[in-house]
Amino acid sequence: MNIVVNGQSRDIAAGRLDQALDELGYGDAVVATAVNGDFVRVIERADRTLAEGDKLEVLAPMQGG
Amino acid sequence: MKVYGIDLASRLLLGTAQYPSPAILADAVRESGAEVVTVSLRRESGRERAGQDFWRLISELGVRVLPNTAGCHTVKEAVATAQMAREVFGTSWIKLEVIGDHETLQPDVFGLVEAAGVLARDGFEVFPYTTDDLGVGERLLEVGCKVLMPWGAPIGSARGLANPYALRSYRARFKDTPLIVDAGMGLPSHAAQAMELGYDGVLLNTAVAKAGDPVNMARAFRHGIEAGRAAFLADPMEQRDMASPSTPVFGMAFRT
Repeated sequence: MNIVVNGQSRDIAAGRLDQALDELGYGDAVVATAVNGDFVRVIERADRTLAEGDKLEVLAPMQGG
Repeated sequence: MKVYGIDLASRLLLGTAQYPSPAILADAVRESGAEVVTVSLRRESGRERAGQDFWRLISELGVRVLPNTAGCHTVKEAVATAQMAREVFGTSWIKLEVIGDHETLQPDVFGLVEAAGVLARDGFEVFPYTTDDLGVGERLLEVGCKVLMPWGAPIGSARGLANPYALRSYRARFKDTPLIVDAGMGLPSHAAQAMELGYDGVLLNTAVAKAGDPVNMARAFRHGIEAGRAAFLADPMEQRDMASPSTPVFGMAFRT
């Protein structure tokens, strides 16, 4: 299945968000997620299925002003 | 200074971006005396995980974090970013930015008020980056903000207080609201001026991060803000148009 991860096209096998994060290498990283512009909480990731063309954002702490 | 029920001894809130190195950032934060630092969220690579190292550094500093929604241009973006920040950083504080103009980074005040209302109803404690417009300030309070952060000058411009008159009026209008001047500082004297006007605090980043010696500039801003606050509390004298001798004239020699 092809989805867009942080603006880049990626082919993944996982069908759920929690599985996709593992497959993409995030593992235990401290990140927040949104699918198609909507925030998906950590506890909701296992219930969030992904579909072809979904836009996934994976954000982490960064310097800010 | 008390914001959202939290007492802060330092009136300087410091940004964490653009420092020459993580070590200099850490030293600057310590030297500034700041108890609150601003942070952000950005896209993370599953391979590089750059954000994880940064978060470890900030956690070790033992300071409170104020996540921002920098770069957001719509209410939807800002609200989603705030929700993600609350989960990652474990705080309901959010420095709300809804940018309206690419050149000046001036807030979109209509989107700002709308986003502030959405977030306040969702339990966020909102620190809105706003202009010095009194009406917008009123609307922000009406939708649930307990702190206001009018700009001093455009972000990163180092121009100091572009409109001291407007900021004086703002302070006079919102007597009981914590007010923090956010953005546009270049020198400690700029921050001191904001404090002399009676502002409760100053939030800045670039002026320290882009100084030749960020650590010493952080110390200078700490002292500038402390000096400005002390001057405000000391009740400065009124300005005069004409000179008035400070040395007593009474008893002068050579007078008839």
